[in-house]
Amino acid sequence: MRKMTVPALLLASFAFSTNAETIQERAAPCFACHGEHGTSETENTPSLGGQQAPYALIQLFMFREKLRVFEPMNEMAKSLTDDDLRAFSDFIATLPKPAPPADAGDAARMARGQALAQQNHCNSCHNTDYSGKENVPHIANQREDYLAKTLAEYKDNSRHGYDATMADVMQPVTKEQIADLAYYIAHYR
Amino acid sequence: MMNCSFAPRSLLLAGAFFGAFTFGAAAQQPANPPAAGAAPAAQPLPPGSPMIGRPDNEAAAKLAPVAPPPLAAAPDKLPLAKLKVPAGFNVEVYAAGMANARSMAQGDKGTVFIGSRLVDKVYAIVNKDGKRSVKVIASGLYRPNGVAFKDGTLYIAELSKVSKIDRIEDNLDNPPKPTVIYDNLPKDEAHGWKFIAIGPDNKLYVPVGQPGNNVLHDDAHGQIRRMNLDGSGAEVYALGVRNTVGFDWNPENKQMYFTDNGRDWLSETVPEDELNRVAKAGEDFGAPFCYQGNIIDQELGWGKDCKNYTAPVGLMGPHTAALGMRFYTGSMFPKSYKNAIFIARHGSWNKSQKQGGDIVVVKLNKDGTVKSIEPFLTGFLEDNKYVGRPVDVMLLKDGSLLVSDDWNGAIYRITYGKSKVAAK
Repeated sequence: MRKMTVPALLLASFAFSTNAETIQERAAPCFACHGEHGTSETENTPSLGGQQAPYALIQLFMFREKLRVFEPMNEMAKSLTDDDLRAFSDFIATLPKPAPPADAGDAARMARGQALAQQNHCNSCHNTDYSGKENVPHIANQREDYLAKTLAEYKDNSRHGYDATMADVMQPVTKEQIADLAYYIAHYR
Repeated sequence: MMNCSFAPRSLLLAGAFFGAFTFGAAAQQPANPPAAGAAPAAQPLPPGSPMIGRPDNEAAAKLAPVAPPPLAAAPDKLPLAKLKVPAGFNVEVYAAGMANARSMAQGDKGTVFIGSRLVDKVYAIVNKDGKRSVKVIASGLYRPNGVAFKDGTLYIAELSKVSKIDRIEDNLDNPPKPTVIYDNLPKDEAHGWKFIAIGPDNKLYVPVGQPGNNVLHDDAHGQIRRMNLDGSGAEVYALGVRNTVGFDWNPENKQMYFTDNGRDWLSETVPEDELNRVAKAGEDFGAPFCYQGNIIDQELGWGKDCKNYTAPVGLMGPHTAALGMRFYTGSMFPKSYKNAIFIARHGSWNKSQKQGGDIVVVKLNKDGTVKSIEPFLTGFLEDNKYVGRPVDVMLLKDGSLLVSDDWNGAIYRITYGKSKVAAK
């Protein structure tokens, strides 16, 4: 378990922090991986900025209960109380949403991605600007690698959704289409 | 001050783990790139997509499945003061703090068992020395929505398997792991969670939902099966069932009645959810070809005729999500409720003005057809938002009625007459 040594140290400062600390101080370790102000520059690690508080709460709860399995996050969340989960998810919702890219992206891929997003009605639950609502996450300008990974995990059900919706939606979507969808949503402007 | 000091090391491992999901640029060419200039919205949905039938308009875009908060509400945050029952009835909180509390079953010694769908737990409300307490008796399960009890044994239905714990009430403090008795079940997420119950024939009834909103499926789906209590001798009992999450047997003639949820995206007003009656094994109730007994499905119903399927005995409202149901066989409530059916309507998502989110009482004629459907417990829907969502109903031995609420993770108890609060 050598790989857990360092996160465990981080966790120690995280979980055993006193109540007197502000939520900003308690959340500082999150930014180590999720990026300054919640815009991630770490491979396969999502940006948190602009996320819906109800969605963030569900994910933190699922990490704590190991309903969503990713060891560093399971460790981070395991000793959090219900009130901690609420405080962190409310805080995450205050972070600025990730900025859209400066360039327009590859026109052909953007067109394919847009067609797929409309065909599969991603813009319904996730809103026309992909900002999400309530339990449906903000996905606009999320990291492309994380989007592709997540869609693939929903498709093969290796990431269990809170409910069945994404597993259901992803069944007819092919691997190649996932790549274009992730590219489009990451580059959405 | 902070840096992602553990990132390089752990991401190296994470990178290996997620290797299967990374796509090389060479693999990213779609098999069928859309023709240049094609209007994206005109593309057909892939076969089996749950989005089939969803109109491309602003009102429809506002509708999405409603997910409950993951944390159970604190007892003082429950919407008890908002709940309404007919004159003479009382509502109290029976137990709280059970995240996503769903289907209920009662043990011989008075323990109430509660399944969940979005968490991994089965709870027990234990009555001991006049005090009630909540225990987790099983965890690490996958969508353990269904619970049933018979002769000391608790049966638990997960998404794709049924298991049991013998002599559960003797081992509530240290229950053994459930033993699987039946797992010849599909693993689909859509409508994969299960309500289960044991019939008067001493068989275990296990539904398998349609694997999507409105799809043609193989003959392992869209049905209710029954089997012996050891999981042997499974057979299909009813067909054309889209997604039933509640059933019970008429105490007068032992016929099974079950609720079934109609498809999404057909319209705001139809199809209505169904209350069905099984007169004989093997009956077909129409899904996905015929809904509510008289609507031929717009996509899948061509060449079909509703007269070839058993029509529902009652219509429960459009998209209302009629789930748990029980015949009232107790003696606490007035005589007019004898053998009436209480049905929990979880409440709609696929409807602009939400409907359901209540308990209704269905009274039957002598011949078992529906005489009336009336509201019984209301108040969970406020300003078109849920403050709670009822999932299942269950009689206690004293004739009072329990109602589970998966939004708040709580169980309410309804009594009749001079307010008799159950022992705390």
